[in-house]
Amino acid sequence: MNKLLDLVALIGAVALGTVEFIGELGLFALSGLSHIFRPPYYPRLIGKAFMEIGYFSLPVVALTALFTGMVLALQSYTGFSRFGAESAIASVVVLSVTRELGPVLAGLMVSGRAGAAMAAELGTMRVTDQIDALSTLSTEPMKYLVAPRLLAATIALPLLVLLADILGVLGGYLVATQKLGFASGAYLLATFTNLKTEDVVSGLIKAAVFGFIIALMGCFNGYRSKGGAQGVGTATTAAVVSASILILALDYILTQVLFVRVR
Amino acid sequence: MSQPKIRIRGLKKAFGSKVVLDGVDLDVTQGTAMIVIGGSGTGKSVLIKSILGLVTPDSGVIEIDGEDVLKAPPKRARELRAQIGMLFQNGALFDSLPVWENVAFGLLAQRRIRRAAARAKAVDVLAQVGLDATVADLSPAELSGGMQKRVGLARAIASEPAIMFFDEPTTGLDPIMGAVIDGLIVDCVKRLGSTSIAITHDMASAQRIGDNAAMLYQGRVSWTGPAAELMTSPDPVVDQFTHGRAEGPIKMALRK
Repeated sequence: MNKLLDLVALIGAVALGTVEFIGELGLFALSGLSHIFRPPYYPRLIGKAFMEIGYFSLPVVALTALFTGMVLALQSYTGFSRFGAESAIASVVVLSVTRELGPVLAGLMVSGRAGAAMAAELGTMRVTDQIDALSTLSTEPMKYLVAPRLLAATIALPLLVLLADILGVLGGYLVATQKLGFASGAYLLATFTNLKTEDVVSGLIKAAVFGFIIALMGCFNGYRSKGGAQGVGTATTAAVVSASILILALDYILTQVLFVRVR
Repeated sequence: MSQPKIRIRGLKKAFGSKVVLDGVDLDVTQGTAMIVIGGSGTGKSVLIKSILGLVTPDSGVIEIDGEDVLKAPPKRARELRAQIGMLFQNGALFDSLPVWENVAFGLLAQRRIRRAAARAKAVDVLAQVGLDATVADLSPAELSGGMQKRVGLARAIASEPAIMFFDEPTTGLDPIMGAVIDGLIVDCVKRLGSTSIAITHDMASAQRIGDNAAMLYQGRVSWTGPAAELMTSPDPVVDQFTHGRAEGPIKMALRK
């Protein structure tokens, strides 16, 4: 009987903990959002966050997109040549990259780079009292630390994905023309005839959402971290893992919302 | 008697089932320095964090200039707390900013100074804590512990606060550097005419910087008196603590 009660208590505690966590995360997100729109503003910090999240992620995102486009062309050739559909490769590459792989892979890469850095930086600031020190110096930490990062990431990710789209298509083009023997003009024509504006735009919308999620999870986990070096490590891991999972889950939901009505 | 600058009544705070503050009463008179002593984990930091608004107490009254900051509207509470300068135990300097920006941070945040003039002002304040202009452009990580404490002090006094808090100002410093920092604290507090609260375990330091002292024990203030009487007080709790005796009324919990 006691064992049963323990089990019920455990389930209750987990449920309560989950609800509490979601509530805290929601309040944190709302607070961060509201501080984006209320003065004082910190343009220098937004610029700095933009450099860290966007500019310094350029090489990683560019290489990821290029190789993804290349392998996509190679793989779809292997598959499609079995039933004589090689002509579809250009469309497959451009649609996969713009709608799906560009935003998701860029999101995962930036989460590992910038999201982890945010969690580590804010976590260290938390455990060394720097966040408390901000409060004592007439500065709201949510406004000074969190709002600029949320804003910068939400703007930076779509720009990174736009670049990823271009390089992904370029990667596919290079493999198709140099290795698989496609004609340059025909490949490009096939690429653009099947591409609609909404393919690209929906990818960019996804990217903006992913950018917000990366910064939110990075800041939230860093901001709440406690317990010295170990706590900062835990926060960093949690930031990357939670952002990655949320990106993949939201990717499905957004795809459903953005594309299913097209039928 | 005139109204105290800081008046605390019945302040309570518990973290889960662990009661840290259990009805603290404390008065700090305008222009005096209060020392708070007490064993590790007795809530000294929680006490000053409550006044600063970094911890929300469960109940009680915290008055600054006769106004209860816990009941005041958020904007007014921020204004009241803006007159407090704080020196954190490990400095808590912003490591992403150079020393001068750390020092001028509060002034810049309150828009009391333009960015162009901030560096000169910071150098000015650094001179008051015995640091010359060459450290202004260094990053906090390049400084020794004693110098970080000085920069932390400079940051706390830059906005000339009416109230100053010091959290273990001499912990982690050698005795000479401790005495130097104490001297600077006394200088700054006197010059600005500030009211101050300092937490310390260092009895020599307590007597150098304190006018009055309060012993925090079992979540309450168990003794108050002049700081000069700390070492001679007949109170058994104070006597055991100030003389560092292992035997006495205080039973140290070795495990939380």
